Amino acid sequence: MAAPGGFSGTDFRNEEAYFLGFTQAQVIAFVLLIALLAIGPFFLYPVFLMKLLCFALFACAFNLLIGYVGLLSFGHAAYFGMGGYITGYTAKMWGLPPELSILLGGAVGAALGLVIGWIAIRRQGIYFAMITLAFAQMVYFFCVQARFTGGEDGIQSIPRGHFLGIVDLSRDMNMYWLTAGVFVVGFLLIHRIVHSPFGMVLKSIRENEPRATSLGYRTDDYKLMAFVLSAGLAGVAGGLKSLVFGIATLTDVFWTMSGEVVLMSLVGGLGTIFGPFVGAAVIITMQNYLAEFGAWVTVIQGVIFVLCVLAFRRGLVGEIGNWLRVRL
Amino acid sequence: MSRIQRRAVLAAAAGAATFGAAPARRARAQANTIKIGVMNDQSGPYRDIGGPNGVILAQIAAQEFGNNRGFNVEVVSADHQNRPDVGANIARQWYDQGVDMILDVPTSSVGLAVNSVAREKNKVYINVGAATADLTGPQCSPNTAHWVYDTYMLAKSTGGAMVRAGGDSWFFITADYAFGHALERDTSTFVRSNGGRVMGSVRYPFPATSDFSAFLVQAQASRAKVIGFANAGADTINCIKQAAEFGITRRGTKLAALLMFIADVHALGLESAQGLVMTESFYWDLDDRTRAFSRRVQPRLNNRAMPNMVTAGNYSGTLHYLKAVADMGVAASKASGIETMNRMKRLPVEDEAFGRGTLREDGRMLIPSYLFEVKTPAESRGPWDYLKLLQTTPADEAWRPLSEGNCPLIRS
Repeated sequence: MAAPGGFSGTDFRNEEAYFLGFTQAQVIAFVLLIALLAIGPFFLYPVFLMKLLCFALFACAFNLLIGYVGLLSFGHAAYFGMGGYITGYTAKMWGLPPELSILLGGAVGAALGLVIGWIAIRRQGIYFAMITLAFAQMVYFFCVQARFTGGEDGIQSIPRGHFLGIVDLSRDMNMYWLTAGVFVVGFLLIHRIVHSPFGMVLKSIRENEPRATSLGYRTDDYKLMAFVLSAGLAGVAGGLKSLVFGIATLTDVFWTMSGEVVLMSLVGGLGTIFGPFVGAAVIITMQNYLAEFGAWVTVIQGVIFVLCVLAFRRGLVGEIGNWLRVRL
Repeated sequence: MSRIQRRAVLAAAAGAATFGAAPARRARAQANTIKIGVMNDQSGPYRDIGGPNGVILAQIAAQEFGNNRGFNVEVVSADHQNRPDVGANIARQWYDQGVDMILDVPTSSVGLAVNSVAREKNKVYINVGAATADLTGPQCSPNTAHWVYDTYMLAKSTGGAMVRAGGDSWFFITADYAFGHALERDTSTFVRSNGGRVMGSVRYPFPATSDFSAFLVQAQASRAKVIGFANAGADTINCIKQAAEFGITRRGTKLAALLMFIADVHALGLESAQGLVMTESFYWDLDDRTRAFSRRVQPRLNNRAMPNMVTAGNYSGTLHYLKAVADMGVAASKASGIETMNRMKRLPVEDEAFGRGTLREDGRMLIPSYLFEVKTPAESRGPWDYLKLLQTTPADEAWRPLSEGNCPLIRS
């Protein structure tokens, strides 16, 4: 698959870890990101930013798999959507507090990832993508029929509840800080995973799997672990989204959602730590502010996709990093 | 090293600036302007049912109501792409940014999603385009009115009146999901209670079926007099086209579409649609009043379409809402969606499109429903002359009784 081996020609500066595994440029970018998250809701509509953050987390989770293990999953909507359904259902029907229902959403996403991943990682390349897509479609048809998902109507009027029993999330600003907090935690978690010894093995699998095997790593176990982590984080992102909007629907388990997250990661930059956030920001902003053009949004998205593939092979963040000769 | 840092900072700052500046800041609502948001399908399969013409008819109603009543009316519109999450998102944003009333919202799932947002924000919501009877049933809300049709009324008219008109044995072709099951169940109930028989039914996988020939043959083999299509949109269109190819209607079997609009007949053409039976609560050629209204607004509509049940409903709903706003004052209306809706329920509905109607406690608008048969090409005198009236169900019988809706507002 399109492993971001394109980096190989670049002579990076400042490669040494500067702070908590971040390079100097990454620290600057991270501080900027935090600043944006902090001042964003005072300038922009908070619900829009929350949506952006949910998708950014989803894209980060997806990027963990494609960017660092080189596995193109074309069925990530299944974990995202199922996480949303589980969070929505447990929050609405069982009255669970939001933190628990989101964790449950993530857990179910991870469990689903364990089952599907266990089968899918046995194949590579296009076969892997097709198997994940097939399973995601099975999950979709399950959701169309299953009683608890509400079929076409989805699960509606999901209460946001009180975080830890104290913070009233029905106020948009409170919900925003929770969403931003979950995103930052997820983001740092992925960063930690990528820079851990485990992450090094993942990258070695991406670069040369037979060689990693020959060094004594059970690559299947590593791939499965990465798959489960990615699916679990996607489930958390889906759960968060269903709380933000108070609704969990078939849109989030449909295959187009799997395509959208591929698009976000590609536009942002595969295998870059900030790429998925930027990609999600670009795509969600377009969907939001170009909504009046109706069907043209998808056409514009398609054009941008083509442009990215032709002109920005590394994605926006990848190109910027390449230009500045830093790893972002 | 410092050179690179500076570049990194500059690039990031430039990025941040564009990110922050491009989208609009939160808009402030003007105190003296009533803002109506028409949300419907502007690009997908239901575009011709509400769509741009639905927006235009809301604008016509706003203009006719006039700006000389001490407040201005502004109409905005958006495309929900038939996705409930998109719809809920737009509704939230609109209500937060000064829209006072949301109108239309076809597609049941989206209609229900907007319903809960309107209630949460205490704003007004007039649903015209969505079919689900849950809007005035288990999910009814003091902020919501459901204007021109619902699944119960369609089932009662098409199922019940059809049996009385002679179609007393039925076979259903049903989309295998909750909506299809509900349509089949409701219609079967009316068929049986009117003395008809249900010979059988077949469920097809939704949403992955486009070849209905096997199901149509099975339906024909049952020798039922009526084949009921418990589905919607493209599936119904496909069923009708394929039934026409099989020549099913020419052999005397009636086709009943349980959810179908005159815009679909227009798209299908009379050659395919002839003989089809369907229910609507508005037809432009019903009487002098509807003819006058339709001829007056037609020149302003896209493709010179005649107003249909949903677009005319947008006109009627807007007009009635504005009457209530004028009656209670803009400030009071903006303060509470529930109060505005209560005022709408107290005022009698009267307009050119639907005549007289009443808005019931649970939000259900009560008007008569009509069972139509699609004309043959020979009977039709020209474009939009498509339907002939078979049966009329009066307003007090057409809708689900208040006691059977399980609307929580009613028990209290």
